[in-house]
Amino acid sequence: MTPPVKNDSAVHKFTGTENVKHFLISNSVPIIFIALSAIAIPISGFSAGYLIQEMLTRLARNSFLVLSLLIPIMAGMGLNFGMVLGAMAGQIGLIFVTDWAVVGIPGMVLAALISMPIAAFLGFICGSVLNKAKGREMVTSYILGFFINGIYQFVVLYTMGIRGLHIPITNPQLVLSRGFGIRNAINLTGIRRALDNALPLTHNFGHFTISIPLGTYVTIAAFCFFIVWFRRTKLGQDMRAIGQDMAVAGSAGIAVERTRVIAIVISTVLAAFGQIIFLQNIGTMNTYNSHEQTGMFSIAALLIGGATVSRASITNVFVGVTLFHMMFVVSPTAGKELIGQAQLGEYFRVFVSYGIIAVALVLHAWKRLQERERARRGLRGE
Amino acid sequence: MSGKFEKFISDFGWPRIIIALFLLLLFASTPFVGVKLDTSISDTLVRVGMNGVLVLAMVPMVQSGCGLNFGLPLGIIAGLLGAVTSIQVATSFDALYQVISSGGSVGVFASALSSVLQSGARGLALFGIALAIALPCAAILGFLYAQILNRVKGEEMMIATYVGFSSVAVMCMAWLLLPFNSPVMVWGYGGSGLRTTISTEGFWRHILSDFGSIDFGNFYFPTGMFIFFAIMVCIVWAFFRTKTGTAMTAAGSNPEFARASGIDVNKMRTISVMLSTVLGAVGILVYEQSFGFIQLYMGPLYMAFPAVAAILLGGASVNKATMANVIVGTFLFQGILTMTPSVINSILKSDMSEVIRIIVSNGMILYALTRKTRVKR
Repeated sequence: MTPPVKNDSAVHKFTGTENVKHFLISNSVPIIFIALSAIAIPISGFSAGYLIQEMLTRLARNSFLVLSLLIPIMAGMGLNFGMVLGAMAGQIGLIFVTDWAVVGIPGMVLAALISMPIAAFLGFICGSVLNKAKGREMVTSYILGFFINGIYQFVVLYTMGIRGLHIPITNPQLVLSRGFGIRNAINLTGIRRALDNALPLTHNFGHFTISIPLGTYVTIAAFCFFIVWFRRTKLGQDMRAIGQDMAVAGSAGIAVERTRVIAIVISTVLAAFGQIIFLQNIGTMNTYNSHEQTGMFSIAALLIGGATVSRASITNVFVGVTLFHMMFVVSPTAGKELIGQAQLGEYFRVFVSYGIIAVALVLHAWKRLQERERARRGLRGE
Repeated sequence: MSGKFEKFISDFGWPRIIIALFLLLLFASTPFVGVKLDTSISDTLVRVGMNGVLVLAMVPMVQSGCGLNFGLPLGIIAGLLGAVTSIQVATSFDALYQVISSGGSVGVFASALSSVLQSGARGLALFGIALAIALPCAAILGFLYAQILNRVKGEEMMIATYVGFSSVAVMCMAWLLLPFNSPVMVWGYGGSGLRTTISTEGFWRHILSDFGSIDFGNFYFPTGMFIFFAIMVCIVWAFFRTKTGTAMTAAGSNPEFARASGIDVNKMRTISVMLSTVLGAVGILVYEQSFGFIQLYMGPLYMAFPAVAAILLGGASVNKATMANVIVGTFLFQGILTMTPSVINSILKSDMSEVIRIIVSNGMILYALTRKTRVKR
């Protein structure tokens, strides 16, 4: 499942200690966070039942979003900070569905259908822009997220709800009292937990009860199979070839730019679905903020799972979501218990989210340097 | 003739011309929408002076090939440390002065400083203290920051963004925990932890701005702040004409060639990052003395983005920036920022300035990132 390591061609056989060292370096990020959780969980004083339930809920809520990051990484385009574009498309779908009062699973499907063309279009724009910024895809997609956010705000805040002129939104619970523009908080009563409760499953473990949102897990599993299958298709192989070496792939006859655009389009559409799944679990939507946090949290989670900017597997997603959200649940309480200021724990949580991405990006760049050295030594036969 | 014109257009760049025309249109429309032109120009100039040094802080890193300094919050944090320390010093020495006046005896240095702080030079002395604390802090932080950036060549901008963000988050915790106790700065009820905004009134508010300022009717020109900005621009301009400055530019434009001619590329990058961070610290102090408030906690989080957008609007690219880019860019960007709320709001009767700001500033950054430049590495 994982793509072949680049230095397979190395002639040199590595000794045991070298292999252990390499294993530790390649998995340094998850190891650090497992250690941190091991320290923080006892301090926070949460019960095992509570934590397991939280993790199961959060895995269901976030995994789909994080999984949508995998395909651009495969195509060598780094972390798709532009996934917030998809999240915005998903939210536009949800606004319409809420306005039309379509509820339950049909509501979610309809929201997905509405958001799909929007996400595909935004993904196409994103892919085309990134083709003009090869080598700095991440920072460009990051800024593109901000840029499209401006346009999203313009559309949602100034054009939605103007009768007969632009986009008709009639539900007074959605429109601001001034007559146009969508309210800041939308109550998604119609589709709240629609997918989570589609296949209800609860189990009683004596002193605590665990409920598993099976419907969501089935969807996520289906998506995982899609990714595994996709990797074997012609298109998936092309993407992996581009991820390895763009120039070689180009001279082998692969339409590099077109394939890169397709990778981003797929990722953006999936992110739109992911955001719909995320919000049906939360139950309320922050029209102007929900999507901003989405990108940062998903990327942080994937990186904690041991993914790098150039390599990510499905395992990374689940390990990462679990570890990141473990930190997320545990750290404020742990910080409060340690130092005794509630506000401090809050800031610590902010620091964890930003710091994780910074550390992971730095470690990745540093690791890449180490690996380059290691490959070079292997070739020299030292 | 037309060839010359075309060359001018391509040199200046279409986005810049469109923005400049838009700004001109905004200024021209002021009389028709009931906005005072003199106030508008004055507001724009004040904001140019406030933000100028922060934009200038982009130049060294761009020139040395480290890309746009999205890690500006790091320098800002150093400046904030200097600012709050200077106010703490003022409070402590004011208390000491009370002791001296009532006949108490203290050391020579302490009594000298506390009497200086009661004299007319109080503001300047405190601002000097703020700078004296901020500069070494910025230099140290910049040095550490450079050590990171030298290990992640090619990924600087993304990492810089998140290094900046994380440092802001770390300082959020520090502002709560650092042992400051000046009553003008700490929360009234808890007795510890700094406030979100701290007034510089009575310390060094407008210390630069009011130096020789011109003031008639609705028009106010902060002469001192502009003199200071001009001095900083001259220093940076002159620096890039020294041997080190030239070597820095060389390291940025072609690292391989620079190494071959005996330039220590990593050293040049380190110096440039330190210089950028120090300028960021100076920049935020200039900003605060004019604004009148110190903004702590999440205040500095997004401060890099307007500065980045401004220098790009001025015509800089990801690996080349000049003093003209800084001045033109700051004026255009701050002009748009000042004029859109007042003019657009009086036309449309709704506040669209925030959306326009987001689209213009991020659009500029995107434009710069996607321009065809030589691929590095």
